[in-house]
Amino acid sequence: MNTVLGLYNYWIVIFLMMTGFYIVISRENLIKKVIGLNIFQTSVFLMYITIGKVRGGTAPIVSEEFTLYTNPLPSVLILTAIVVGVATTAVALALVVRIYEAYETIQEYEIQEQDPLP
Amino acid sequence: MIEQHLPILQIIVPLIAAPLCVLLRHAKLVTGFAILACWVTFGLAVLLLDQVVTTGVVTYELGGWAAPWGIEYRVDALSAFVLLFVSGIGAIVMSYAPRSMASEIAEHRRYLFCATYLLCLTGLLGIAITGDLFNLFVFLEISALSSYTLIALGGKRQALPAAFQYLVMGTIGATFILIGIGLMYMMTGTLNMADMASRLELADGVRTTLVAFGFLSVGISLKMALFPLHLWLPNAYAFAPSVVTAFLAATATKVSVYILLRFVFSVFGIGFAFETMPLDAILMPLALIGIFVASTVAIFQSDIKRMLAYSSVAQIGYMVLGISFASITGLTGGIVHMFNHALMKGGLFLAMGCIVLRLGSVEIDDMRGIGRRMPFTMAAWVVGGLGLIGVPVTVGFISKWYLIQAALERNWWPVAVLVLMSSLLALVYVWRVVEVAYFKEPSERASAASEAPLSMLIPTWVLIGATLFFGLSTSASAGVARRAAGLLLGGSP
Repeated sequence: MNTVLGLYNYWIVIFLMMTGFYIVISRENLIKKVIGLNIFQTSVFLMYITIGKVRGGTAPIVSEEFTLYTNPLPSVLILTAIVVGVATTAVALALVVRIYEAYETIQEYEIQEQDPLP
Repeated sequence: MIEQHLPILQIIVPLIAAPLCVLLRHAKLVTGFAILACWVTFGLAVLLLDQVVTTGVVTYELGGWAAPWGIEYRVDALSAFVLLFVSGIGAIVMSYAPRSMASEIAEHRRYLFCATYLLCLTGLLGIAITGDLFNLFVFLEISALSSYTLIALGGKRQALPAAFQYLVMGTIGATFILIGIGLMYMMTGTLNMADMASRLELADGVRTTLVAFGFLSVGISLKMALFPLHLWLPNAYAFAPSVVTAFLAATATKVSVYILLRFVFSVFGIGFAFETMPLDAILMPLALIGIFVASTVAIFQSDIKRMLAYSSVAQIGYMVLGISFASITGLTGGIVHMFNHALMKGGLFLAMGCIVLRLGSVEIDDMRGIGRRMPFTMAAWVVGGLGLIGVPVTVGFISKWYLIQAALERNWWPVAVLVLMSSLLALVYVWRVVEVAYFKEPSERASAASEAPLSMLIPTWVLIGATLFFGLSTSASAGVARRAAGLLLGGSP
């Protein structure tokens, strides 16, 4: 199954990763940047889950009926990474709110016009 | 009993102290408590270094789970050295904070500042102590998220976009590191650094490992502000409160350099990083270009905090240059410069904090004649500046001495010449300030200024004094650095 189609999970990961990254780079709106950052991080979560998946494996439950099970560690790691992602989004949105209060805009170029950062 | 649990106490003390600060709330009480917590953390780091020096590598299994399964804390000479100077600077800067905060941070936010500061310290120490890659990522994010918040506390509104810019770049860097760690886990099935190093089959150059190496290199370079990935740094440092700038400039980028050292030498091994992959051939030119471009840009800054921030980018170049030699002398130079630069920049930014307090400005025009009004502050600034140039008797000289020696060992004399020439650029930007501060008629603001209070001068002079002390007695800092370098080159940790 190591064909191009068999690895479709990884193609989705790469597509999402590039989409998120592109949004972060190209958008001027700070909220859209945060959304891009989220998509970028989500693609990595998907990648970790894919790494742990064993084809035909069940959930890791101790039972004599099941011998093949999926590696639970990546899923657990990703729970932590999701929490980190949520925290990052929270801090980012809080900053955007403060920026809006200070500049009355969340467009990057309008902030630049008001306060040119060298 | 307590010796056994030193590694975990090192992390637990600041981590528990942070939420306690939020519970205490009362500004004065919290500040005192935070200072105490920082000094206890520093004391633990001293004990830990002592333990490492006498008994060798100290390991600690979290929750009693044995190493490859559970999270392991692993303290060797390099970790202990980083822990020591990060916690030391954390404690000194925190002792300086109360007076500086009074003028820069609103009273109802001070307890939050203390909590965030302690969290940031926890994250930085955690990175240095952990032997587990995923744990490293978590600590990296703890320190990063708290530093975005700290920077956003800056008085001017530009601090907010600067913090946001840092958040975007920092998150991209951390996510790159996460991708790299994931790919490495895919190849080895372990997250423990030592275990991974022994399982990694590098000989046939599997593509997944190569990609992981690429993601990690770029991610870490972003975090340590290696030229040309440094764009977040000048704004973040220029607009953050003085205390925050001093703390982050002295510790955050150094810890990122530590992550690079760990990955290159302890996980991948020097053979893979520098022979199979041309990391040294990439790092060395970037380091040299970074030194020259950032030093030149620094010369043209009118905001002195921003000037010092650009100088930081240049100094990162020296550390990376030392690493890229991949020899024991070069590595010693890189590691000792981490420590030396932490002292110099910490001291310089603390002196800037005194100037902000009395002058209310960091513009070079307002600093005219300040040398006569604030003699002790400016004297500290000048000694720190001499360190940046690399004048003998200061620590900067020691770093450059090792770097030039390492270049000559390899017969790369153009590199040695470039390092010497770059010192001239540092001389130019330091001299600009000295000339304005001592040889110009006082500006309006300067003539109204008076010497900074002792509670700020003493911490400043402790750091600046340390740059002189370690410049004269090199055996302590350079000795530990050489030992760490030997350990890194000698194989797995």
